[in-house]
Amino acid sequence: MARTITYQQAINEALAQEMERDPTVVLFGEDVSGGMGSPGEEDAWGGVLGVTKGLYPRFPDRVLDTPISESAYIGAAAGAAAAGLRPVAELMFVDFLGVCFDQIFNQAAKFRYMFGGNARTPIVIRTMWGAGIRAASQHSQALHPIFTHIPGLKVVAPSTPYDAKGLLIQAIRDDDPVIFLEHKVLYGTEGEVPEEQYTIPFGEANFVREGDDVTIVALGRMALVAQQAAAELDGEGISCEIIDPRTTSPLDLDSILESVASTGHLIVVDEANPRCGFAADIVAQVAQAAFGDLKAAPRMVTPPHSPVPFSPVLEDAYVPSPDQIAAAVREVSGAARARPA
Amino acid sequence: MSAVETPASSELTRDELLDAYRVMRTIREFEERVHLEFATGEIPGFVHLYAGEEAIAAGVCLLLRDDDYVASTHRGHGHAIAKGCDVKGMMAEIYGKKTGLCHGKGGSMHIADLSRGMLGANGIVGGGPPLACGVGLNARVRQSDQVAVSFTGDGGSNQGTFLESLNLAAAWHLPVVFVIENNGYAESTSPNFHQAGVDLIKRGEGCGLPGISVDGFDFFAVREVASEAIARARAGGGATLIECKASRYFGHFEGDQQTYRAPGEVEELRRTRDCLLAFAGRVTSAGAIDPGELEAIDEQTRALIDEAVAEAKAAPEPDPSDVGTDVYVSY
Amino acid sequence: MSGEILKLGMPKWGLSMTEGHLLAWLVDEGTEVAVGDEVADVETDKLNGSVESPVAGVLRRRVASPGDLIPVGGLLAVVADPDVADADIDAFVAEFQASFVPGESEEDAGPAPENVRVPAGTLRYLRQGEAGEPVVLLHGFGGDLNNWLFVAPALAADHVVYALELPGHGGSSKDVGAGDLESLVNAVQQFLDALELERVHLVGHSLGGLVAASLALRSPGRARSLTLVASAGLGEEINGEYLDRFISAGSRRELKPALELLFADSGQVTRQLVDDVLKYKRIDGVDAALRSIADQIFGGGQQHVLIGDRLAELEIPVLVVWGAEDRILPAEHARRVPESADVHVLDGSGHSPHMEASGDVNRLMQLTLESKEISS
Repeated sequence: MARTITYQQAINEALAQEMERDPTVVLFGEDVSGGMGSPGEEDAWGGVLGVTKGLYPRFPDRVLDTPISESAYIGAAAGAAAAGLRPVAELMFVDFLGVCFDQIFNQAAKFRYMFGGNARTPIVIRTMWGAGIRAASQHSQALHPIFTHIPGLKVVAPSTPYDAKGLLIQAIRDDDPVIFLEHKVLYGTEGEVPEEQYTIPFGEANFVREGDDVTIVALGRMALVAQQAAAELDGEGISCEIIDPRTTSPLDLDSILESVASTGHLIVVDEANPRCGFAADIVAQVAQAAFGDLKAAPRMVTPPHSPVPFSPVLEDAYVPSPDQIAAAVREVSGAARARPA
Repeated sequence: MSAVETPASSELTRDELLDAYRVMRTIREFEERVHLEFATGEIPGFVHLYAGEEAIAAGVCLLLRDDDYVASTHRGHGHAIAKGCDVKGMMAEIYGKKTGLCHGKGGSMHIADLSRGMLGANGIVGGGPPLACGVGLNARVRQSDQVAVSFTGDGGSNQGTFLESLNLAAAWHLPVVFVIENNGYAESTSPNFHQAGVDLIKRGEGCGLPGISVDGFDFFAVREVASEAIARARAGGGATLIECKASRYFGHFEGDQQTYRAPGEVEELRRTRDCLLAFAGRVTSAGAIDPGELEAIDEQTRALIDEAVAEAKAAPEPDPSDVGTDVYVSY
Repeated sequence: MSGEILKLGMPKWGLSMTEGHLLAWLVDEGTEVAVGDEVADVETDKLNGSVESPVAGVLRRRVASPGDLIPVGGLLAVVADPDVADADIDAFVAEFQASFVPGESEEDAGPAPENVRVPAGTLRYLRQGEAGEPVVLLHGFGGDLNNWLFVAPALAADHVVYALELPGHGGSSKDVGAGDLESLVNAVQQFLDALELERVHLVGHSLGGLVAASLALRSPGRARSLTLVASAGLGEEINGEYLDRFISAGSRRELKPALELLFADSGQVTRQLVDDVLKYKRIDGVDAALRSIADQIFGGGQQHVLIGDRLAELEIPVLVVWGAEDRILPAEHARRVPESADVHVLDGSGHSPHMEASGDVNRLMQLTLESKEISS
């Protein structure tokens, strides 16, 4: 039975249900319980934004607060996985990637390959991403392009509570290293989520909206922002098809190509910075595979090549907006109409 | 059958002594041969040879079970052999052949065999200690008495990951034995310069871990302290830091001219400090082992290495289509 | 009724519909319409259907135009007597459009599914209708209560209608035990007992038909009538390949061609429909449950329980409806019932006449539901 819960609750539920089902699933990270060793309350935080609250009391032997030493405990996750556990390690903010990237991209991602197929590293690294809460440059980034670039990693970025629960359960059951990106602005959003456990396979995009004129590829929070633009454009008679890839690695390119074959127009809107980014990746792949289907040049809608600013006015200008997306759509469809037949 | 006169905690039987000698001799012959073969240009990439430090690998690893794990360094052949990895598979891997332990996908710096608890040589200095903590965590959660051993060089002991791992192992009370193989050079730089000449054991103490420093050329000394540390970890007593002081005969990597070493330094070490000579001398003079037995092992080992090299050279290359295999379990 | 101006609004088909595209009008302005007449073709993101007029009168004004996207509850047309002034109709339309809030119409405030705990597990069902004899609708293999979205509202005018989800399906528990026919029949019987429904009109589609018939045969006192829509249990043949493909499909690409077999017109299978079925199949335990049921009841791609002959034992009205182009269960099975049964094979319909030709199915069912008891 499905009922309405938040993105955050959906993640908590996925963790609780999988830990219940499988005794090899362990959860650790900074303050995932909170208060360990301290004189006050146990499970004081349940994660800095409360996402993992209630898990320590239920599974006291398998939920651990870590010292602030990402390279040690993310590396420990990789070692524990190689030895037979299914660790879910939390990297509090994806921006902290720098202090533990070796353990992710040189160790965990590469064990199976380097060891000739004789290793499995079933880790999940859960981490918060995205701009919008005025947390400034070092707590607001979108780094999925960096992870997507690394062979051996799988990269997941849900945009709805339904997707979050199903993809996280899939991630925990998956035998490869998975980077599970939780958009911090989406934690409070609500949606229908089944009580039962269910999975969503990686490499399957979600058609958020069907349309005939323009294909918009949008990941994470941008899937919701694109919907706002599409609603506005509907009134102008432009029908947008919005595709949320849900996972960037593996990527459901087929669905994007299917859509572009029908609409002939492509916009990719993404929160990551533009150089060597996700938007560039999608546009290049589509151009390579389906150049003949495009009736106009594809457009990328991204933030500028700058860090995330602090001041609200600046941050709002940084993150792609519905207006920017709508403008790109008009440009792309206008360009096509302007061309001689 | 009398045991050799050694400190009580490391009484070994004759078979154990012979086994230890065989392991050390195998490592030595393996490395000496790779040194020669590498010079012909046939071995691709980088190799980092362990010759000189055999007593450390043997002293520690022969105490471990298959389900105990070792996280090694770029200088990992010795740990791999001592942990029971197949010598011929290792040689083929170094040659990049399909029959290698890692099917040619890893090479010297990534030799691994998880079925033997060999979590891999590691191309990243400091890559190993966090992995060992992970194995320790695994043992804790599953309530098993498995132990993890992390080898690090004096150079690696400055890496953030190493220091963080000491702290994590202490904070989480993990069954890990951290072994620093202090061979006097972090690549080319002496500890006098790269770590202010400090007593490394104090780093463990600073994190609340017991620690001890031993002569890394002395198999029996290494074994004794390792035995105590491993027993402590197995019994739930937490982690230990061991420093083994030894030296490597070859360069940081093959091709390193070692001009940073004093003239005659290596020759002197081979003559006066060699761990195999010391071991042999000790067990034969105590009357426990006949010199002939050791010579027989020497011959058998050289024959094994000869075979390994011959087979590795003759083995098939991987198929180009193997480039894309085993990136994921499923994609 | 004279002087009254009546709204013909966008209906809510199923639980999640929020809006529909008007594709075409089927009647002109000025046409007299009766309750149940099909007046317009509408497409939603899940499926296509025809709007049946909920009111009688003259279709005075077609407010929406083909191509318009109208929210559920929005104004499609106005029905009134011929002597009502145009100006009054204009005013009605203007006032409606000014005050209409999508999402708050009475169509939107539909019933919500409920759960009941029985020994077989938790069963989910949707109840519609305020009064009248109870009707229980049983979906087919892999289906759910939404399959009745065109039928239940029509029947609910005069009956209390229960669309029940079998174990392993929809929102009911996914543990099907042995997965055999008896356990499914038990579950339905337990449902009737739990809701204190003594005697009901039983309606079943495909596997649901076999369950309904088996229940009627086992406990004749519980059935007031029996309607079999493209039902299992009447012949050995079944499209076993369809069952295998439905169960094993893990992606849109694999599932779509399987679902297309359920309809005469493959265009009925929208992306949204496929996604909804995938969401169901991805719940833990569903594929295993479906496999159990398929192996137990349709093992080896054959039907093993045949009840056609035994239907003669029943002393209640029996209606059999089939689509002539059924690719799952041959239409010819419809004839393998007693002569006393009322049999209709509909041209242009596949395995799902209750979705493909709901107007016809509703009309036929009304007759059966209304018919007198054969013996009291």
